[in-house]
Amino acid sequence: MIAEAGLIALWLAAALALLQFALGVIGMRADRKEYYAAIRSVAVAQGLLVTISFILLIWLFLRSDMSVALVMKNSASIKPLLYKFAGTWGNHEGSMLLWTAVMGLAGACVALFERSLNTRTLVTTLAAQAFISLGFYAFLLVSSNPFERLSPVPKDGQGLNPLLQDPGLAFHPPTLYFGYVGLSVAFSFAVGAMITKDVGPAFARAMRPWVLGAWIFLTLGITAGSYWAYYELGWGGWWFWDPVENASLMPWLAATALLHSVTVLATRDGLRAWTLMLAVVAFSMSMIGTFLVRSGILTSVHAFAVDPERGSFILALLVIYIGGAMALFALRAGTVKEGSQFEVVSREGALVANNLLLSAILGIVFVGTLYPLFVEAVTGEKLSVGAPYFNIATGPLTLILVAVMAAGPLLRWRRDSAKNLLNRISIPILITATALFLLVLLTTSMSVLALLGMALAAGIAVASFAPLWKRNLRRTPLHTYGMVIAHFGIAVALIGMASESSFTREKLIAAKPGDVVQLDNWTVKFEAVEPLAGPNWTALEARITARYGNGEIHQVNPQNRMFASAQTQTSEAALLTRWNGQLYIVLGEGDNEGRWQLRIWWKPFVTLIWYGGILISLGGLLAMIGRLRRGYVQRRQREYAELTM
Amino acid sequence: MKAKHQRLTLAILALVALIGAGLLAAFALKDQASYFYTPSDIVAKNPEVGRAIRLGGMVETGSIRKAEDGVTIQFIVHDSEARQNVTYTGIPPDLFVEGSGVVADGRLDTNGIFVAETLLAKHDENYVPRELEGIDMTGVNKTEETLVQ
Repeated sequence: MIAEAGLIALWLAAALALLQFALGVIGMRADRKEYYAAIRSVAVAQGLLVTISFILLIWLFLRSDMSVALVMKNSASIKPLLYKFAGTWGNHEGSMLLWTAVMGLAGACVALFERSLNTRTLVTTLAAQAFISLGFYAFLLVSSNPFERLSPVPKDGQGLNPLLQDPGLAFHPPTLYFGYVGLSVAFSFAVGAMITKDVGPAFARAMRPWVLGAWIFLTLGITAGSYWAYYELGWGGWWFWDPVENASLMPWLAATALLHSVTVLATRDGLRAWTLMLAVVAFSMSMIGTFLVRSGILTSVHAFAVDPERGSFILALLVIYIGGAMALFALRAGTVKEGSQFEVVSREGALVANNLLLSAILGIVFVGTLYPLFVEAVTGEKLSVGAPYFNIATGPLTLILVAVMAAGPLLRWRRDSAKNLLNRISIPILITATALFLLVLLTTSMSVLALLGMALAAGIAVASFAPLWKRNLRRTPLHTYGMVIAHFGIAVALIGMASESSFTREKLIAAKPGDVVQLDNWTVKFEAVEPLAGPNWTALEARITARYGNGEIHQVNPQNRMFASAQTQTSEAALLTRWNGQLYIVLGEGDNEGRWQLRIWWKPFVTLIWYGGILISLGGLLAMIGRLRRGYVQRRQREYAELTM
Repeated sequence: MKAKHQRLTLAILALVALIGAGLLAAFALKDQASYFYTPSDIVAKNPEVGRAIRLGGMVETGSIRKAEDGVTIQFIVHDSEARQNVTYTGIPPDLFVEGSGVVADGRLDTNGIFVAETLLAKHDENYVPRELEGIDMTGVNKTEETLVQ
């Protein structure tokens, strides 16, 4: 009965989405108060129902109800509870239901909490949100029903892809989806504002927390995904420019640009049309990402199903939404009033540079990701674009971007002089120059990109705190701290990246028990390999001791796991984290002479990459709290003023 | 600057940035995109030595040999018409076994041996690399459930 209840909840939610859309369209024309109240409650009910449907699916997975086709294909009764739970979205149908549920919830949140947007725009926004949801309801109900029953009922399920059986599965996909779908709110806001022609600072201030929220989740999701791939795949890399990774990076780049342009709109009433455009592009990138990942035209761990019908469905949704929004933009961009003016050397100028550079990087990643698919469709030739392309093409632009990032917050709005800027930024420039000089002098193995990256990062780390210079720290608004921390996080991540790419030391050996390996400051001793049994796997585990310099002796135990249900092996790398880096050991195969393959990396300061990501998200969170609190206080003051008048 | 002019300037700047990015992308693509070859493509098209290419095919049964150092392997990748010698130094991926599909990034050396830098095997028993779809998998038991993962 649970499956049926879930399906009914899903149908009801779809019906409510249709109602929400209809109410929105009528409400927009009739402009009456009753519609506003109605559409709000419908949006909340829709969000609740689709969430219930998703919770029921989780329940089915937890109970290992093998009469449900989806559970049978993606779960097994001996699987640990965590993976039964997280396995709910480790497949196509479940992840699409998660997407739709998050979307419904986001709509409900807008209906419940959005108080600063003008009501007509809010109604239009909710209608747009319902319209997008409708497509996904249709998708679920027509071609990806997660609640389909099986008859006869099989004894046990087929199990979950072992690569996905990792705590990362519980965290990475939901956070990323919150980010993707959060951008749908920005998109709906933009559509709403284009229809009601109400684009201005008030609109930007209302939209900003939603953009920030989506951006925080995207940042966290990408950071988590990167770390997951790093330790799970056992290749020692943290970013592979895999099309699926790019699919998450593209919305992030667009959202980062949007975040900065919305600030120009909120503070200075500039970049109106551009901000609307970015909101449309950001969600388009989420949709394209979903299309790439879900359609099966890419092969990766993320492509659960190769099914042309589903691919065409998402493609059709993509064309309708994006095409529709672009057409609306083309129609309305002319009517959006020109924003206010600014000089080239000004805060706005720096933010425009930020936006142009981010867009250019986005374009490069987009071309590199889609070019092989395009070529194959046209000529049939198979081709792949890898890391060298992306590094060469995006690297230089990224360096310019981070340099602008150091200068931007030190500029005044409207107009400033280059001389003043040079005064304010002289210390960071000096630090960068010194760092560059020292690095060239002391190191030999650094590429030009890594060298410049690390030197710049040193300067930026200092420059990011410059906006706090000579300010009353207790009266500085929270969102300024947010910006400082996020920019500092970029510097931290950059140092990690440059250090990982330049100073990683690696050794690959076939070791007999008792063999000792020297790698940098590490002494690694291979003791033995022993069998081990887990809940749904058996493993071979290496006993290894590692010692940094004359320090403490650590035990490290990389494994090779065999999963019972899927006849599949995964290698579980062993990581030993110190403050100054990570030791990374992978166990390979044994041979007849009793030797075992070991691959050992020492990666200095690699962890800074992910600490940077966390700092960036934290900065975003502070900024969001600061903005929300200020909006709340201002609203209260306004209400109070109205009361006492 | 007049109002009209500022918007125009911004639009032109955006266009320049995008075209610049496009040119940069096209330039880098020309050099860096690696083409996909099957063993018979290598015979037919004869790619130059040292050029980054991607090789895909099936690992010939009984062909994997381990070198003395214990970490280098040699094997043969084949399709229905041709065979290609490959060497790889490193820990092969978990599902790298004889008689199954593999995709390797690397270069041909002067002896006509493909030196692989990375090996991608299928992720699990149901997965076929995109590049290998449609290749004649002679003697390979392809499971019925390629859709399920």
